[in-house]
Amino acid sequence: MEKAKKWPEKWQELNPGCMVLRPGSAREYHTGTWRSQRPIFDTNRCIKCGVCYIFCPEGCIHQGADGYFSADLDYCKGCGICAHECWPGAITMVEEG
Amino acid sequence: MSKRIGMEIALAAAEAVALCRPDVVAAYPITPNTHIPEHLSDIVAEGRIDTDFICVESEHSALSACCGASGAGARAFTATSSQGLLYMAEIVPIASSMRLPIVMAIGNRALSGPINIWNDHSDIMSQRDSGWISLFAADGQETVDMMIQAFKIAEHRDVMLPVNINLDGFQLTHVVEPMLLPEQKEVDRFLPPYKPYAALHPDNAVSMGSLGMPDIFNEAMQAKDHALIRSKKVILEVWKEWEQLFGRKYEPIGAYRMNGAEVALLTLGSMGDTAEVAVDEMRSKGVKVGLLKLKLWRPFPTEELIKAVKGLTSLAVIDRAVSFGGANAPVAAEIKAALYDQKERPLITNYIIGLGGRDVVVDDFVKMVEKTIDARKKKPKEAYEIYGVRGS
Repeated sequence: MEKAKKWPEKWQELNPGCMVLRPGSAREYHTGTWRSQRPIFDTNRCIKCGVCYIFCPEGCIHQGADGYFSADLDYCKGCGICAHECWPGAITMVEEG
Repeated sequence: MSKRIGMEIALAAAEAVALCRPDVVAAYPITPNTHIPEHLSDIVAEGRIDTDFICVESEHSALSACCGASGAGARAFTATSSQGLLYMAEIVPIASSMRLPIVMAIGNRALSGPINIWNDHSDIMSQRDSGWISLFAADGQETVDMMIQAFKIAEHRDVMLPVNINLDGFQLTHVVEPMLLPEQKEVDRFLPPYKPYAALHPDNAVSMGSLGMPDIFNEAMQAKDHALIRSKKVILEVWKEWEQLFGRKYEPIGAYRMNGAEVALLTLGSMGDTAEVAVDEMRSKGVKVGLLKLKLWRPFPTEELIKAVKGLTSLAVIDRAVSFGGANAPVAAEIKAALYDQKERPLITNYIIGLGGRDVVVDDFVKMVEKTIDARKKKPKEAYEIYGVRGS
């Protein structure tokens, strides 16, 4: 896991108006650090329907070469929507740490 | 050479804005500022300026459109009054936080209710802490001059903040006065085209107005406060340049007959001109009275205030808005806070006058000065008084 981006240490380092001058830099902010629960994918139950992929509000669920899905934990906030929507019951939320 | 005109001040304000060649004007009509955007729309329709005039459906949209335009690198102007400013309020601090140099004229009017279309300062005082530079014009000439100065101040790279120019509704907006209107080429020389620090453009993508979480918010507010405080230096430089070019002097606190004054009035906006007449009258009778006219409300000129009140034994601060349930009305609260650390400071009385367009005449100022002189012998029971209330 890539080291999470450090914010400016001092107020003087902020751009005027907190403007973001570098496009795409939001990906350096790992919102996955907010997570208190993580999704565990059970490939025995998964039917590769992609409902989790469609419903993930962060767009952080991806389909692997084997057709199974997984969450990018750098950005997964642990909201549990995927687990709630997964009708075959292949996703379980477990406590972090 | 400036042209001498006799014109309604709102129309002259629009003429002054037109001289600044705004790219975008977005406004929604509300009494008493309406004539400013109305006249600007005429100027645009006549083809005198190359400006997009956006007829928005609300003040909220007016300032939102200005934010979008300014973010894209346009010079943007809007105007409003009273409830219109409140309807805009959601966007007001956003404009300053995003450091967008929008200029807004406020034809000051009482806030409802009861519903009232006439002048006081309760509208701008509600937006006092929004992070805008806030100027108060005392007459038509100051209105014209401040409109032009405002763009230069706002757009300066060390400032990048929105500016509001306050002109009293009706007392200024609807009054015809003689004024000097600068020539286009003079304004062009004073105010070069706007070069934004960054602008929204697909070729050079930037993000404005992003989320700021708790771990950055203190720093963001410190930066915003610092920008506003630091803007005073630029304001003073711009006023100096204006004086050199046009011969009219601007100071954060104007002084009128302050030499040897023991007691003084401090006013905001157009009431200063009436107070001048009162000061002349009292001076002719030997009263050592002077007048301070506050023109720069934000950033608040603490340093200048401390110098201005040196030697005064009493100061009557005249407010035109109530801070309901507060320790003082807005201006007096500010002045007391600014002077608290001074070893020697004048006794301060606070009168709230002219609410919702109530007439204020010369004699009222004379009486307030007399009451302030008496206050040294007998301290008033209350920290402020709504002056001239029937039944009290």
